[in-house]
Formats: sequence, C-alpha cells, structure tokens
Amino acid sequence: MQYAVLKKEYLNEFITRLAQDQKVIAPVAKGYNQFAFEEVKSGEKVALDHIPTILPPKKYFMPQYETLATYHANSSQKMNPVVECEDLILFGVHTCDLAGIQCLNMVFSERPKDINYLIRKSKITIIGYGCNDYCDEYASCRLVHSHTPNGGYDLFFINLGDKFFVHINTLAGDEITEKTNLFEPATPADLNALAKIREKKREIFANEVPVVHERMPEMFSKSYDSNVWEDLGKRCLACGNCTNVCPTCYCFDVTDEPNLDLQTGKRFRRWDSCQNEAFAKVAGGESFRKERSARQRHRYFRKFKYPMEKFSRLFCTGCGRCSRTCMAKINLKETLNQLVEEQGMKNLKAGRETE
Amino acid sequence: MKKLTLKDSEYEIKKGKILRVRKMTAIETFFEIALPGGESLDHEPGQFVEVSLFGVGEAPISVTSSPTKRGSFELAVRNVGKVTGALHKLKEGDEVGIRGPFGKGFPVRIFEGNDLLCVAGGLGIVPLRSLINYVIDNRRDFGKVEILLGCKTPKDMLFNEEVDEWNKRLDVKLNCTVDKADPDWKGNVGLITSLIPGINLKPERTFAVVVGPPIMYKFVIKELLKKEIPERHILVSLERHMKCGLGKCGHCQINNFYCCQDGPVFSYDKIKNIPEAL
Ligand SMILES: Cc1cc2nc3c(=O)[nH]c(=O)nc-3n(C[C@H](O)[C@H](O)[C@H](O)COP(=O)(O)OP(=O)(O)OC[C@H]3O[C@@H](n4cnc5c(N)ncnc54)[C@H](O)[C@@H]3O)c2cc1C
Ligand code: SF4
Ligand code: SF4
Repeated sequence: MQYAVLKKEYLNEFITRLAQDQKVIAPVAKGYNQFAFEEVKSGEKVALDHIPTILPPKKYFMPQYETLATYHANSSQKMNPVVECEDLILFGVHTCDLAGIQCLNMVFSERPKDINYLIRKSKITIIGYGCNDYCDEYASCRLVHSHTPNGGYDLFFINLGDKFFVHINTLAGDEITEKTNLFEPATPADLNALAKIREKKREIFANEVPVVHERMPEMFSKSYDSNVWEDLGKRCLACGNCTNVCPTCYCFDVTDEPNLDLQTGKRFRRWDSCQNEAFAKVAGGESFRKERSARQRHRYFRKFKYPMEKFSRLFCTGCGRCSRTCMAKINLKETLNQLVEEQGMKNLKAGRETE
Repeated sequence: MKKLTLKDSEYEIKKGKILRVRKMTAIETFFEIALPGGESLDHEPGQFVEVSLFGVGEAPISVTSSPTKRGSFELAVRNVGKVTGALHKLKEGDEVGIRGPFGKGFPVRIFEGNDLLCVAGGLGIVPLRSLINYVIDNRRDFGKVEILLGCKTPKDMLFNEEVDEWNKRLDVKLNCTVDKADPDWKGNVGLITSLIPGINLKPERTFAVVVGPPIMYKFVIKELLKKEIPERHILVSLERHMKCGLGKCGHCQINNFYCCQDGPVFSYDKIKNIPEAL
C-alpha cells in the first residue's frame, strides 16, 4: 500500500496511539495567532492549517542549546563527547519546513560531517502536511517551489475534507500505518479527489514575486552594491530574530559552562546570529561586517546566492517567518520585489513558465 | 533526553602536554607542545589548530613550527582575551586540548623550484615561520628566498634569535623594518611596503606569501602587482572569527568562502573579486 487514507474522525486516535510508545511532536496553538511545535499526547490540540510555527522544526535537529561534551578540567584535559538525542515523530510538518530540513541535512552531512546532527536526524520520523491554501500573505513558497512536497518525509498527509490522503514514502512510514491500524487503502475516488485538490492548488499558488526562480542567483550577483541593502541597514535593529526563526539558518557559537566546582562542566553550542555585530569580529578589533546593511545583505546572500554555488539549491523555503517576526517590518517579499524592479528582471509569467 | 557517548566527535580534543613555555614580549608567549605518545600533528605550514581549555573555551592558533620538526609542535600566542589570557597562565607540564590541524596551508609543493618572497607584518611571522623553517629544512628544493619583516617597534619583534640566524645564512635574504625605531635599532624605519620596490625579482618564478594585520594586505598586494608578480602567485592568510573549524558555525564566512576550510591561505586571484576578503 503506497497510498492510503485516514478518516478525519480518527486523527485524534491516531496521535493517541502513536504517542503511546513514542514522543510525538506537532504544531499547537499558543494564542495570538502563534503556533509552536511541542509534545502532544492526542490530536485535540494539533493545529494543521495555520501559519508556520514560531520556531521551525530545526530545533529538534539542531537544538538551540546543545551539549557537545562534558569535561573534567582538574589536572588534565579530560572530555567525554556526547550527543543528546531521542526518538521523535514530528507530525504536521509543512512542505516549506520539509525543505528547510533538507537544507540542514545537506549542510551537516557535508564533510567534515556533524555527527551530532546526523545521529539526531536518524532518530526522527517525519510526517509531512501539505497546505491547500496560503497560510498568510508573508509566504513565498511558490517562488522557491516548496509549496509542494519534494520528498524528505516518511508519511505525507493531504487534507481531502473529511479525510486525509496519505502518501507512504518509507518503510518507517509504513510501519506507522500498520501499527496504528487506522488507515484504509486509497480508492480511485480518493485519487480523483487528490487530483482536484492539486488542480485547485495550481490556481491558488502563483509566484509571489515576479521573477524566474532559476534567475535569482544571477539577480543577487548583480545586486551586491544595491541601495536596497542600505535601506535595510537603516531599518534593521540587529536583534537576530530573523535568523533564529529561519529554518535554514544554522550558525552557532561554542562556549564552556563550568559547574560550581569549577572543575567539571560542559562544552555546548547554541544558535548564533550573523546579525550581531560581534559575530565576525576578530581580536585585532576588525569587524568584517560592521554595517547592518552588510549583515542584512549577508543574510539574503546566504539564502539566494551562496548555497546555490555550494549545494545547488536556494536556502529560502518561503515560510515567511523572518518577515512575520521582524520588528522593523523588513519583509522578504518586498526586498525581492525591489531587487526585481531594480535589476529589470520582472517576469510576469514567471509562475507558469517554470511549471 | 538520552545522552550517548560519541567515539567519533569532531569536537574531541587530543591532550597536548606543554614541554616548554617562553615569554616572547609583554603580550606574546611561546609554547612547545607534544601529543600523547609523541604522535605527529601532521600539519602543513600555514594550518592552524583549535586550542582548548575546558571552562574557558577554544581559540584558533596557527602552528608556528615547521612539520620538519618532529615529536612536538609550537605555538605563539598573543594575550587578547579569555582563552589567550588563560593560556598565558600555563606552565611547563600543564595540558591543553588540541583539535586539528585545520584549513588549507601554504601550497608548498607548488612553491618548489620557485623563488619565495615572504612578507610578514606583526603577528604574521607566526604562521610564516612555519613555512620559512620548512623551506630552510628543504632548502635545495626552492629557489631564492627573501624575507621582509615589519612591526611597530623593535620591542615587538618576535623570534629575534631565530631571525638573526636566518639573517646570517647565505641562502636567505632578510630585511626588517619598524614603524618607530629606538636608539639601538640598526634596520629600516618605515612601512613594510617601502621595502618592496627595491627588491630584485623574477615575477614569473616568484611566489609572494603575505601574512599580517588586515589593513596591510591591500597596500602590500598593490606593490607586489607593480612588480608584475602574477595574481595567482600571491598568497595571503586571512584571519577571521572561528568557532568550529569545520565549515559550519558561520563566523569565518567571507562571502561564499568559509575561511577555516577554504582558507586561511588563499591565492589573490581567488579572492580579488570577493568583496569581504581584503
Ligand atoms: C586561522 C587563525 C590563526 C590564528 N593564529 C593565531 C596565532 O598564531 N597566535 C595568536 O595569538 N592568535 C592567533 N589567532 C587569533 C586568535 O584566534 C584570537 O586572538 C583568539 O581567538 C581570541 O580568543 P580569546 O578567547 O582570547 O578572546 P576573547 O576574550 O573571546 O575576545 C577577544 C577578541 O577576540 C575576538 N575573538 C574571540 N574569539 C575569536 C575566535 N575564535 N577567532 C577570532 N577572533 C576571536 C573577539 O571578537 C574579541 O574581539 C588566529 C586566528 C585565526 C582565525
Ligand atoms: S528580525 Fe528584523 S530587525 Fe531583527 S535582525 Fe532580522 S531584519 Fe533586523
Ligand atoms: S529567509 Fe525567511 S522566508 Fe526564507 S526560509 Fe528563512 S525565515 Fe523562511
């Protein structure tokens, strides 16, 4: 069985059964139209058709704070390298966030490999979810082709109204359907309904910025000295929120934390942000991205230019989190539109052309 | 949450035993370090290690000894903050953590058979010393060797005795300059760039290796280009903030390059169009 369906009335029971012997993580409403991935025991609180969570699921692959080693520092330098990990099932991961995880996978499996990340990754099962409509006006997932799934999940759910259409992509996914024992094989009628949803999706999702996806790195190459960065630099508060919430920002700091005995302690890493001025400052006092404009440019180039050269893919998933969270109202779609305008790269048919 | 012990962590240190400590100047100290069982560090000139002190942290430090020196390796550290400050308190017999070596060093094999011009400003002599001693220990494999040293005042000169020895060798040419002299100083006074025009070199068979503070590069490279040294024959070593040495943490990123993996040594033709490099 590669395609199955799950009746909506069974969702609650599905999560309950899953949660019986494993930790299940899903998006949950936190009020004020904010959502967060957290542990759930049943399906009651799971919020599927909403804007992306405050923090992306990267927090399970690359925790905000992670112990790399415990140490004993008295006479000699003794350390015990560790990885903190647990078996997890992530449920309700939107296609944009699946793309984000794929980006991180590339970064951390590139040599020298990050074994901590890879071990955690091996313990996580992913159940994806496809949005049938835009979550809000900040999203630009169509532009980067992450509005539809491109693999990276064990199971994938699509809302067919009274049931979920389910793609079983891996053996791990299949085992879940077997174990929970609530799924039925998909019928030709279900496949028809799926085709209709997809058709409708093609009508709803259109390129949010009038530029051809493939030409974006070129557009950025030409824009290095653009005034757009000056403008962003004037507005940006350098708070680092945009990089924290971004599913593909992975920069970190490594620090020691001694215990009270001052002999033992741990070496840990935590998320860091290229938007802090000290981020690229060296001992002589020289800071290599002193201006906020240069740091904002760096953030954008790390999404649309550099990863294209290294990993042949854009590192923006179009999730819109950076724009939603920014106190200075710096908006990714707006920035891209300005660049398109400035570089004369407007292509109104862009959305269709790349189908 | 489970905590599993890792056998293959990139963050694991090797224990380095400090064999010798020597104060070089008011703020710089020299360390000779051996790995357990005399294991070789197996570095290339120009590579660096992460030096770790638990409870304090890690700092990237260039290996200043040549790989031809076996059994131990050497570092020269300037006290500027937390980790470097804590290192300065260590004594002979103490242990430090060592990770690495990391990065791309000087392309010594490509240098073979060619002339070398080494230009060191300030602390730049620390990584360059590794190359210079490597070349001296394999002297017949290289052409002419000329060294230009520059620092603020005579008191800031590092490796004085060794520099004197280089100076005495008939197969090495050496020139020093200081920004500000004192009464005993017999060498040149002025910026290091002022020494370059007078040099007699064959540009097509000369490799110029430049290491110094960020501000120095632009001016020195300009002089070297005037001498018609090809762009890919000019090598620089860039310093950036680094946390992992593994091309991940992002601190050392220079546009699309990660200094710790793609560098710290770069040829000028690779970086001349990289706006954040120089
Ligand atoms: C490839 C490379 C080779 C180097 N070789 C040598 C050497 O041979 N000898 C030597 O004395 N120094 C060398 N340095 C510089 C040395 O790494 C820094 O002086 C040191 O990291 C400062 O750490 P700290 O904990 O003492 O300073 P802190 O107290 O942490 O900070 C003091 C200053 O150093 C900067 N800084 C902090 N951490 C780093 C870091 N990891 N990388 C760069 N800057 C940092 C801070 O922004 C601040 O401006 C090298 C640096 C690099 C990148
Ligand atoms: S969230 Fe906005 S204000 Fe904060 S660093 Fe990012 S762009 Fe600047
Ligand atoms: S840059 Fe903004 S829209 Fe793109 S992936 Fe990061 S947070 Fe989402």
